[in-house]
Amino acid sequence: MSNSERPSKLFRNLNAKVASIPMVLTALVVFVGGTAWTVLYSFTNSKLLPRLNFVGLDQYHRLWSTSRWLVSIENLLIYGVISLVFSLVIGFLLAALLDQKIRFEDTFRTIFLYPFALSFIVTGLVWQWLLNPDFGVQRVVRDLGWTSFSFDPLYNSSIVIYGISIAALWQGTGLIMCLMLAGLRGIDEDIWKAARVDGIPTWKTYLFVVIPMMRPVFITTLVIIAAGIVKVYDLVVAQTSGGPGIASEVPAKYVYDYMFFAQNLGQGFAASTMMLLSVIIVIVPWAYLEFGGRKHG
Amino acid sequence: MRYKFLTAAFAATVALNFAGPAAATDLEVTHWWTSGGEAAAVAELAKAFDATGNHWVDGAIAGSGGTARPIMISRITGGDPMGATQFNHGRQAEELVQAGLMRDLTDIATKGKWTEVVRPKSLLDSCTIDGKIYCVPVNIHSWQWLWLSNEAFQKAGVPLPKDWNEFVAAAPALEKAGIIPLAVGGQAWQASGAFDVLMAAVGGTDTFLKVYKDKDATFAAGPEIAKVFKAADDARKMAKNTNVQDWNQATNLVITGKAGGQIMGDWAQGEFQVAGKTAGKDYTCLPGLGLNEVIATGGDAFYFPLLKDADKAKAQEVLAETLLDPKTQVAFNLKKGSLPVRGDVDLDTANDCMKKGLAILAKGAVIPWTDQLLSQDTQKQKEDLFSEFFAKPDMTVEEAQKRFAEIIGSAD
Repeated sequence: MSNSERPSKLFRNLNAKVASIPMVLTALVVFVGGTAWTVLYSFTNSKLLPRLNFVGLDQYHRLWSTSRWLVSIENLLIYGVISLVFSLVIGFLLAALLDQKIRFEDTFRTIFLYPFALSFIVTGLVWQWLLNPDFGVQRVVRDLGWTSFSFDPLYNSSIVIYGISIAALWQGTGLIMCLMLAGLRGIDEDIWKAARVDGIPTWKTYLFVVIPMMRPVFITTLVIIAAGIVKVYDLVVAQTSGGPGIASEVPAKYVYDYMFFAQNLGQGFAASTMMLLSVIIVIVPWAYLEFGGRKHG
Repeated sequence: MRYKFLTAAFAATVALNFAGPAAATDLEVTHWWTSGGEAAAVAELAKAFDATGNHWVDGAIAGSGGTARPIMISRITGGDPMGATQFNHGRQAEELVQAGLMRDLTDIATKGKWTEVVRPKSLLDSCTIDGKIYCVPVNIHSWQWLWLSNEAFQKAGVPLPKDWNEFVAAAPALEKAGIIPLAVGGQAWQASGAFDVLMAAVGGTDTFLKVYKDKDATFAAGPEIAKVFKAADDARKMAKNTNVQDWNQATNLVITGKAGGQIMGDWAQGEFQVAGKTAGKDYTCLPGLGLNEVIATGGDAFYFPLLKDADKAKAQEVLAETLLDPKTQVAFNLKKGSLPVRGDVDLDTANDCMKKGLAILAKGAVIPWTDQLLSQDTQKQKEDLFSEFFAKPDMTVEEAQKRFAEIIGSAD
């Protein structure tokens, strides 16, 4: 074979490369370009309109001395841990239970997945009513006779973020369950048979055989949950608007409020840059472990 | 809401199609007046403008100013300006003007002798940037009102208070009768606004100006302001059982006698009227909380984006004149429940509370409002502070004042 006839690597599969140019450009201009622009302007004192008037780290100093931002970060951490742990645990348990070849599996799956069809705004409003002490759970229990029963998470500053997490779990767990169920179905029947022959209890099979085999599913799930955590905004707006006081504020809401209500783009950009930074801090070590260390086939 | 938006969008498309040949010029006007009384007031403006041979295309944006302003601003900065738009006069549109996106109305103002007819003068000052006039004020809305439920005080067996101090003293009796003494809704701006009212009432006009106009941080940390914070602490204790969010729900607590009173702007009066209550008999209003009878000159104004189309630019001039016309002013403000910006119009049908307001205005006891003095950024920081202060009983007065002084120190 002669070298001259062989097309260079760049022109191999040319059609596909040409076809992907728009997406590559979009990714570069919109995502990377937009991010760079935002980070750049976070060092300026832009108010209503972006202006290149650099003030160094002033916006960041102000951000980290604002109690609302600190409360937001704390809330995000609590909300993040709760949604991560509980949606994984509940999602997996539901999936494992559904996987026992039960009757009406389709019906149950539909019921559990249904909340996911609702937007966060609708979810938020539904749970705002359910958790309202005057018409929700508290009222029902009191009408049943327990008159001293008290359950008003959305009106109590110290536990409001848990009230919001309940709604988020209700909405999101169904999807996690479906992903897990798909993972469980992917496990070869022979493995179960082998485990049974060896006399390994079911729970041990799940814990030490099935879950390690489901690693890719868990990683997908983790990414989906984590993205949902960082961007949480609409749920809070619908349920509490950040109240009582500033007790249920979250970073995304801080960014929006300062960019548009307060007409202070610089401050909003600084806050969104911090959000990006926190994502990078989580993603980079994970990506390094996942893709950097060894090559997958 | 969606219907309105669609209508507006549709109307805008129609307007584009017919703008050229039609003799009457269509002008899209955006605003956030969508409640019943507000919509009726806007209809008066539209009627007056249509009578000039032009056509008012209504661009109502539902969901209050906080939602509407970002939409308006992005339309103007994004190159799709409307014919005219509402803002609260003061500093909300300041940067749009500085960026040269707004139309200079000085010529029309000189022709219409606005400097003579508009009262108080500070209204026009708020529209003026670098000696040029950029907006048309249409009404005065003041925050300085304490609305009291006569029924609640009767039930508690205490006489109606004549000022804030008596009100605070009556609070325990109200509480004993199962009444929330002071209704403050959960929205952030309500707590912040109530504090500003207390500042002007308890602290006095000079204190108010020294903090918000001169932005004196040392003074804001001092003993004068500590007195105001003491009053705010009273207010927060009196309001601790209010479990509502919106201001009109809080007003409703006063209307139904479940709450003793509310610190709220004169727009609350519309709610009393709709509920069929009479001023003096069912409810009582105390301007300046009965301590310092002043009225702040916040309110609404129309701004005109710079347009290329000559016909539309002409229609803008007509609209600007129409808005300040004495007849329009009366019709609009009676429906809106606000005070007119002209001193030479007659409001015979105004009710007791509005008349009290007009009398204070005539005396010239006016102060500029925080919308005029502070940037939106500072306003938002203040809202964050006071919504936290009102919702968190264990936040000390000293800590709140320290943070307040910091905000004032960095205010612009």
